[in-house]
Amino acid sequence: MTKPILELKNINTTVNIGTSEEKRILKDLNLTLEKGDFITLLGTNGAGKSTLLNVINGSLSPTSGKVLMNGEDITLLNDVKRAKYIAQVFQDPKMGTAPRMTVAENLLLASKRGQKRGLKLRGLSKHMDEFKQATAKLPNGLSNRLNTFAGSLSGGQRQTLSFLMATLQNPDLLLLDEHTAALDPNTSEQLMALTDEVVSNKDLTCVMITHQLKDALKYGNRTIILHAGEIVLDVKGEAKKQLNEKEILQYFEK
Amino acid sequence: MSVITSAIGQGFLWGILGLGLFLTFRILDFPDMTVEGTFPFGAAVCVAALTHGVDPFVATALSFGAGLLTGLITGLLYTKGKIPILLAGILVMTGIYSINLRILGKANVGLMNEKTLFSPQFLQALPDGFASVTLGMIFTLVIVTLVSVFLDTDIGQAFIATGDNEKMARSLGIETDNMKILGLMVSNGLIGLSGGLIAQNNGYADVNMGIGTIVIGLAAIIIGEVAYGELSLTARLVAVVVGSILYRFVLLIVLKLGFSTNDYKLLSAIILAICLMTPLFKEKFQVVKLLKKGIEKP
Repeated sequence: MTKPILELKNINTTVNIGTSEEKRILKDLNLTLEKGDFITLLGTNGAGKSTLLNVINGSLSPTSGKVLMNGEDITLLNDVKRAKYIAQVFQDPKMGTAPRMTVAENLLLASKRGQKRGLKLRGLSKHMDEFKQATAKLPNGLSNRLNTFAGSLSGGQRQTLSFLMATLQNPDLLLLDEHTAALDPNTSEQLMALTDEVVSNKDLTCVMITHQLKDALKYGNRTIILHAGEIVLDVKGEAKKQLNEKEILQYFEK
Repeated sequence: MSVITSAIGQGFLWGILGLGLFLTFRILDFPDMTVEGTFPFGAAVCVAALTHGVDPFVATALSFGAGLLTGLITGLLYTKGKIPILLAGILVMTGIYSINLRILGKANVGLMNEKTLFSPQFLQALPDGFASVTLGMIFTLVIVTLVSVFLDTDIGQAFIATGDNEKMARSLGIETDNMKILGLMVSNGLIGLSGGLIAQNNGYADVNMGIGTIVIGLAAIIIGEVAYGELSLTARLVAVVVGSILYRFVLLIVLKLGFSTNDYKLLSAIILAICLMTPLFKEKFQVVKLLKKGIEKP
């Protein structure tokens, strides 16, 4: 039996401990991700979706509980150490790319995700063909802009680049934090289609936060709804396909 | 003529300080106040070593090492101690003042007949002022080459990414704290070296020689940028050195206008303030358009 990609065991997170603002966000949360799971994660604002993602990517350590990656305890590894396994696309297009570096330079940085970086010359020109190919199929003409500074790209182009950077190295786990929310409807749809294609082609395990019920129903093989720090719905496969908007909304009104 | 040669020589030697500052101010994107302590520290260590009979090459290397050390301390205070960078730099700068007094034993120590990097016969045989131009050119050439090769390595790219987008850098597995410490060390190393070279050229080290050095370094960077605009990274390094020389020329002109050397610091500050505001002027008053209009025939 293969080990699950990720296991969260009895995760609790409490913020502002010892002050009047003390608040429990995630409550005894348990979650297991199997290889190939494409999860759409729903929940109202403040339900703990982002906190959950931060606990997974290591930028927040849980107050109690364990995080296992491929069966290995990684609770104490920080976000930098976890980059070897986990890639993330942020909601803000500005977050995922380095603005004063070119598209190709950004891709080169991403191609060495989690690897040791030493005093070896980076050899950018050797990789140009490879990057040209990687960007060729993309919708918004990135392949002609490999030498453009990422800061001069449009929001859609930057987010497509961020997504490409996150998936270039086939991460064990891909985290998408409302990665299409800042884009116009057309661009957003394009990027969602690309996401679906890449995740299934590369057989990636993926957690996607979204506020778009349509996207949550259309994409992925598993849907999780988080409410007040607890998982109130976790359906997979056939049951997920049966899910409809009305049903989801019921969980939101609780 | 010799005034101009000496200005070029000084421009090169101060240009090394500008290159060091460029690594933190432009690449890591924060102002490092340590400079004002590192510069006299490098000078003090170098002069003290020379007066104790240390070989000039070793003494110069020691001034670089001294800078590495101050950079390391500021870096640790900033990344591990979580002290804001501005304050971390000011703390180190303040502390070093006492250390410099300890090293020198008094506020000002002059070099008498000690051998320095400027002593070799072939340099002394050159016309007045050319020794510093020659040495300055050799040093800046080597430093610009090394820094630009470094920035083209995997670790150099990780260093650039850290300053450009820290959150992204971390998500790609780059140890951003280590990059900041590394950058502060190399930056201050170069600044210490610049202090050591200038002390040898001027023939003394003074505990107060650090005051205003950050303005001089920034002036070199900004003047270079205003003069050249968009450039590749290596060309930007060269522009810093050119900016440093241009800045010396500006000071020369100011002196010719009848100001005294006592006014240097005020004028330096005003020049830098104006240069820093040029992007604003360009936008607000559309200077370029106005100038073009002025040239156009009616």
